[in-house]
Amino acid sequence: MGVEVVVEGLTKSFGRQVIWEDVTLTLPAGGISVLLGPSGTGKSVFLKTLVGLLRPDRGHIWIDGHDLANCGENKLYELRRLFGVLFQDGALFGSMNIYDNIAFPLREHTKKNESQIRQIVMEKIELVGLNGAEGKLPGEISGGMRKRAGLARALVLDPEIILFDEPDSGLDPVRTAYLNQLIVDLNAEIEATFLIVTHDINTARTVPDDIGLLFRRELVMFGPREMMLSSGEPVVRQFLNARRHGPIGMSEEKDVSELEAEAQQGHDPGALPPIPPQLMPTAGRLRRSQQAPGTWLAANGVVPPPGSFVDERGRDWLREYPRLLGSVR
Amino acid sequence: MLKRPFHWRECLHQAWFIVSVSALPTALVAIPFGAVLALQAGNLIRQFGAQSFTGATAVLGIVREASPVVTALMVAGAAGSAICADLGARKIREEIDALEVLGVDPLQRLVVPRVVACAVVAPFLNGLVTTVGLIASYLFNVVAQGGSPGAYLQSFNSLAEVGDLWVSEVKALVFGATAGLIAAFKGLTAAGGPKGVGDAVNQAVVFSAMALFAENFLISAVTT
Repeated sequence: MGVEVVVEGLTKSFGRQVIWEDVTLTLPAGGISVLLGPSGTGKSVFLKTLVGLLRPDRGHIWIDGHDLANCGENKLYELRRLFGVLFQDGALFGSMNIYDNIAFPLREHTKKNESQIRQIVMEKIELVGLNGAEGKLPGEISGGMRKRAGLARALVLDPEIILFDEPDSGLDPVRTAYLNQLIVDLNAEIEATFLIVTHDINTARTVPDDIGLLFRRELVMFGPREMMLSSGEPVVRQFLNARRHGPIGMSEEKDVSELEAEAQQGHDPGALPPIPPQLMPTAGRLRRSQQAPGTWLAANGVVPPPGSFVDERGRDWLREYPRLLGSVR
Repeated sequence: MLKRPFHWRECLHQAWFIVSVSALPTALVAIPFGAVLALQAGNLIRQFGAQSFTGATAVLGIVREASPVVTALMVAGAAGSAICADLGARKIREEIDALEVLGVDPLQRLVVPRVVACAVVAPFLNGLVTTVGLIASYLFNVVAQGGSPGAYLQSFNSLAEVGDLWVSEVKALVFGATAGLIAAFKGLTAAGGPKGVGDAVNQAVVFSAMALFAENFLISAVTT
């Protein structure tokens, strides 16, 4: 069962440049959260701060009653054992083959013998679908395989919190879909707390329970998926529609006069797209942190954009949820 | 820094690696070094009519000064650059971050074994340079310049002391550790992609060379 991560008033700057200020959010235990944001808003910096690779200027990160942002070196190494991190390119050790890479944490931290290690490693290799590649070096396999191998290595010590740094970067849409399904299935199985950092709209719309949006050096919003996807905020609409018109500019945010000029010309970030149904685990399982479609919308009296919760086969997950759940089981 | 567990295998592996990249170049550089010393000093000394003292110059020149410096430059240039490039590449590929997240201290796991390996290997290389340099100097003096073997050995023996060898070995140890430390530090602080690694290697070699000459001066000043 996962661990809750509570972030309070976190601020990070490099020299005079403030990366983000006053970020406050709670990653619910066992849930999948996505942190979304345009390129260069410090998403990866946030991830590295969460595992203590970078120290924040101010604020707290509470895990299990310990403040990871302000603890000593020994405590930090102890708390890090709770984490598994999938780095952008997998961050595999280039001098070791895939098998040794995945076995590395076990050999370092446990007293297991080689046959026990072999059993665990082969289990994880099978879980991420890398059978037959265990003898290859990281330089000899594709980017998608490196990511999956990195994921397997992050999983061997049974972490309580798993962080994904842009799992979809550099992958084609089909492989991204497979990886997203793997993430959802994995969450159903091990029930750890997941945080995915990405700028891929499709991942953000279909995978998580909660979404956060980083923009203009702050966390604009953090909350349930349905809240974010039904929000009228211009920056949310611009991001979800992938439009040029809106508060996000090419290199940084646009200033007020530019926005007014856009408004006069009748440009707009566009209407909200329909909310897609959430990605379900395979084999009819349910994730513990998952809620029925429309739960947040109904509780807050918000009407979703037309066409929401209808999948590509025309099934309406909002109306037919109990029946659909029965049929996939 | 030397807290347990000490990674013996990594250290042995690195020591072997350092020997394999630097032994041959070090020996090859030592030959012209000994020969040039014999030629230059020999010429000068012959003008004073004291050719029989060429052997003595080899003691001072090769054993005490030249061989630790040649060793140090080779350790910095061959082993240091390789260590710096290796750690730098790992740094920019996020391997070092991954190591830390997996709860492994990169200082203990990667840096300490490398620095220890450099410090241990350097005195051995120093012995190699001294031997090869003296042989080259002797052969050049006796065969090429027509010096007398007996006079060379006698003047050599009259000036040589075991203490000189010790100072030389201590110098090599200090230089090896310094080169290893600088290379590891520069590698672990590399930033800015592949170009950053190139810059780090360049700086590591230049800084090591400068630090080594300063250390050489200090140790020579203290011990004589």
